[in-house]
Amino acid sequence: MNRTIARLTMRGLLSPRRLLLLSLIPLVLLAVAGLLRGLASGLAIDESTTVLATLGIGTVLPLVALICGTGAIATEIDDGSVVYLLAKPIGRPTIILTKYVVAVFGAVLLAVIPITLAALILVGADKGVVLAFAVSALVGALGYSALFLLLGVVTRHAVVVGLLYVLIWESFVGGAVPGAQALSVQQWSLSVGEKVADDGLISAAVSLPVGASLLTAVALFGLYFAVQRLRSLTLAGEQ
Amino acid sequence: MPSSEAVNQSSARGTGVIHDIGYRHYEGPRGGRRQITRALYVHSLRGVFGLGRAAKSKIMPMGLATFMVLPAAIIVAVMIFMGAEEPLVAYTSYAIIVQAVPAIFLAAQAPQTVSRDLRFHSLPMYFSRPLTDRDYVAAKWAGMTSALFILLAAPVVILYAGALLGKLDFMEQTGDFLLALVAVLLLAALLSGIGLLIASLTPRRGLGVAAIITLLAGSYTVVSAVQGITYELGSEKLAGWAGLFSPMTLFDGAQVALFGVDSNTPAGPPGTIGKVVFVVVLLAVIAGSYALLSLRYKKVSHS
Repeated sequence: MNRTIARLTMRGLLSPRRLLLLSLIPLVLLAVAGLLRGLASGLAIDESTTVLATLGIGTVLPLVALICGTGAIATEIDDGSVVYLLAKPIGRPTIILTKYVVAVFGAVLLAVIPITLAALILVGADKGVVLAFAVSALVGALGYSALFLLLGVVTRHAVVVGLLYVLIWESFVGGAVPGAQALSVQQWSLSVGEKVADDGLISAAVSLPVGASLLTAVALFGLYFAVQRLRSLTLAGEQ
Repeated sequence: MPSSEAVNQSSARGTGVIHDIGYRHYEGPRGGRRQITRALYVHSLRGVFGLGRAAKSKIMPMGLATFMVLPAAIIVAVMIFMGAEEPLVAYTSYAIIVQAVPAIFLAAQAPQTVSRDLRFHSLPMYFSRPLTDRDYVAAKWAGMTSALFILLAAPVVILYAGALLGKLDFMEQTGDFLLALVAVLLLAALLSGIGLLIASLTPRRGLGVAAIITLLAGSYTVVSAVQGITYELGSEKLAGWAGLFSPMTLFDGAQVALFGVDSNTPAGPPGTIGKVVFVVVLLAVIAGSYALLSLRYKKVSHS
């Protein structure tokens, strides 16, 4: 961890203006939760968890993590200012770790906390649903952030590639081909929530041991390769 | 010495256009506003697909275009193999089913089209020619709309060809096909207006990409969740109105109203008033996004 890098990244990522724009995403989630709560006092609990899983864990979390994960480093690589950072005698692991912590912080602020609040609004504090979604969202944020941070270092099209993964692979292919769900951060995080909540309220495509170990593996490998890639980063010109 | 004559010439014409700054002469014919606008249009259209640019820039648009037509080709193959009597997928449904692909295409390419000119400050160079900010907006908008139209229409053409090969009723299929092309044009105009407007607000490519996709995919997910639940609870009218709040469901409602096709959402626009409202809102969003884009460039060109 490096305090200065953390402060600068934070300022770039969550400047007041950007924070205001970005907070629209969780606000919409909370508005929908409130609307559904007000509209249907009798919304069944499994319907509520489906909404939370698809809208919260399936949409808000990956979108926010994508913006924070790539925004933490890809923007700097894009405008070339990363050379000033790389020229300083700071270890690459320190840089990546710091960026990762800031990205996770952004995701927690803009996705994990709102998802938890939405769960509280929709379901209320019983049957462990709120805790389950909080934990799911948190581990999801840890996994997604590492993945998108890696993408930001690997490709100039990090945001688009990340979107392809989230929208095409997790949602589109995952919806049609059940096997594809085994390789989806979304399902891995839900597998954690599945265990925390009461039986049958949250369903995931993979079991907890599989999900948890794959998630840990992806996060660790993502960070490791991001460090390796940063060691040999070359700045390409605008195409 | 070499330039003075040319400079005098251009100032004598009174256009105030910088053409010859004295390094190299050009004596050939010069195009006017219309030719420049047309050239910029063709350049933008080609640029969206990465034509005339580095091989690396072609991967993303061409890959997404492949994603777009591949399912249509598979559907056609299955249709002919099964000897289907009806098209397996309606021409007007295809774009909605694979909507993530045109959405990502727009998100990836709209910032390419406009953000780079902002970021590298090349706009003053455009506007030092007879080209005006209005021409620039028209050319960029037409280029993006044409590109999206090509992307959205290609699979429809494949489905149509498949239907004809499968010996479905010619007149019926042709009618449906032509309507679908009009619908797809409306969708292209809607998406390109929104995409270019967002992209023109930020010189940062990554941010533009994320903002466009968040708007398209985010609003769609929210709206379809709300529609699904309100419909389940028996409030079909509310579910219908909810469709106004995302570009894709708005387009779907408008094509239901205009062409009488089946809705691809749980509930189409409610009643006659609903239908009129959907069409009006669709046209208003297209015109509004274009107007805001013009306004944005008016400001840019004067700064």
